[in-house]
Amino acid sequence: METILVLTHVDESGSALSKASLEAVTAGVELARQHTAKLTIGILGVDAVAAASTVAATGARLLAVSGEAFAQPRYATDAAGCEALCRAAQASIVLAPGSSRFTRVAAGVAHRLGGFIDTHITSLSSNDAIEATRWFYRQRVEATISRDARPWFLLLDAGTHTAFAGEAGTAQVEAVGVTLPAMRTTVEGLRSPMRDAQTIRPDAKLLFVAGAGWTKKQPDGQIHVAEAGELILAFLRLSGASLGSSKSLADQKAEGEESVLPFLTHMNQIGQTGSTPRHAKGLSTCCHGEEPHVVGWRFIGERRAISLDPNCGWTRGKADVVYIADAFQVMAQVNALLEARSS
Amino acid sequence: MAQALQIVVCAGIVPDPLQTLEPVSGPNGPGLKNEMVLPAVLDPWAACALYEAAQLAAKNPGSKLWLVSLGPKAKLQQVMMTVGQKAAFELVPVDGPIGGFPDAHSTAAALAEAIAALPGLDRERLLLFGGWESATRGAGVTLQLVGERLGITDQFQGVDQITLGEDGSFEVLERVEGGRHQVSVCAGAPAVLGWATGNLAEPRNNPQTGMANMRGILPALQKAKRVELAANGLSYVSVGLPKQQRETRVEKNMAADEIACELVEWIGAE
Repeated sequence: METILVLTHVDESGSALSKASLEAVTAGVELARQHTAKLTIGILGVDAVAAASTVAATGARLLAVSGEAFAQPRYATDAAGCEALCRAAQASIVLAPGSSRFTRVAAGVAHRLGGFIDTHITSLSSNDAIEATRWFYRQRVEATISRDARPWFLLLDAGTHTAFAGEAGTAQVEAVGVTLPAMRTTVEGLRSPMRDAQTIRPDAKLLFVAGAGWTKKQPDGQIHVAEAGELILAFLRLSGASLGSSKSLADQKAEGEESVLPFLTHMNQIGQTGSTPRHAKGLSTCCHGEEPHVVGWRFIGERRAISLDPNCGWTRGKADVVYIADAFQVMAQVNALLEARSS
Repeated sequence: MAQALQIVVCAGIVPDPLQTLEPVSGPNGPGLKNEMVLPAVLDPWAACALYEAAQLAAKNPGSKLWLVSLGPKAKLQQVMMTVGQKAAFELVPVDGPIGGFPDAHSTAAALAEAIAALPGLDRERLLLFGGWESATRGAGVTLQLVGERLGITDQFQGVDQITLGEDGSFEVLERVEGGRHQVSVCAGAPAVLGWATGNLAEPRNNPQTGMANMRGILPALQKAKRVELAANGLSYVSVGLPKQQRETRVEKNMAADEIACELVEWIGAE
């Protein structure tokens, strides 16, 4: 019989579980029910005990690793904390959120326990054995895998399960001791690379992607980068969309050219060497829709594009609607309509 | 003050992203149709790591840069003809299977063994670079596993920048959720850095660098050790292509204001 551990961590408040952790809890509860398995939840954070109340309703055994050393994500301390939780739980299956904090350490922890890990899991199913679905080749090939070896660590992609929302209650939490390793790394904090407003919004319904066409010469023979920047930022402000970019546009900044959009960085890049975000809708502008970019749209529900090129990649079954039009004109009108609606 | 660095970059080879991929089943598990004849490139994120490493090595005289790569010898040779012109390095090839389906733990074990056996490597000074994920398996675990096997407990993933201090310490920027960077300061090597894109553009081909590299690359390929990768209990229930094709409506004659109205309705709809 399987025993299941859900590894979780606190959010930036230090005393509440992160949303991705609560999603992993949901997955753990479902899997434990399917396998009539014993469920343990391990919590890592500066005040892990305080965070436990939100998952008290699961009825799971609760383990916590707390202390100032876990206030910041750091490989040496987080790996030691997770290792301690895993050894205390003695689980055969370990589920964890694919957050930056756990993505950094989970493989190392699996190795220390003599276990194995698979990541970017998008769904779990149970026939005779536990099966997990994930993507290969940057979301171009989908596979369902299984493993005989234990313990088996599975890192779940964010947004693939609903966040656990049980009633908060009094939790019986077992504190787990950790022998801390030497700390050679000091975490100094977070830094936003954006010069203007935060443009990456993982929870937004809409992804707005800007392509290199925004920086090309327009019908008057001139480039209008400043106008493009104003249109894009106004749209983001009015719509609440998250901003993505094609690689070619992000690379222009990397090469130090002046005629680029100053608020874009490689962090905005979508596709083969960029991110693969999850949004209900996506709107592409001035982008060719070639495969290396479009693989980053795998988890975008409805897709529309504005392009001057009637033969662009979007028209070949990659978008639901493609408007062959000038994005400058269209987005100016869109912004005017959104402005009128908001006032 | 410049310091002599010892940098090992782990980088796989991947099908050119413009190629059509079709999964097939073989006697050793899943693979890609015509995988051995598909044009290949150096894994894009690992390539960023290589370029960052090469620049660091160039700025710090006396530094040494190794490129450790696992793949079929013939494919490695093909890719190195191009990569070898972009940065000066010593190739450490490991002759093994191609593709994203072999188990990451076995891959990591083979890479760690190759690194541990490098003559002249001072493990206390080792900066282990690679991509934070590959474009094949895309698991983002191989580099961490190599680091653990080498006993390195300062690891960073999604790295976009490091800044070396005079005392050997370095500041590192790692990507975290919400388009932000976590800023950390590490006391120094040994450390693992899994790179995202970094900040450098792809270097231009330099034939002189290529000539110098090839003098070492070809003999290294001839001597490459063959490894088999264990499955570690991993089995594939199914492997397939997703349904990609959408019924695309192409609007060629709508006026800008009509499109805008339609888009605003669409954006607002639940």
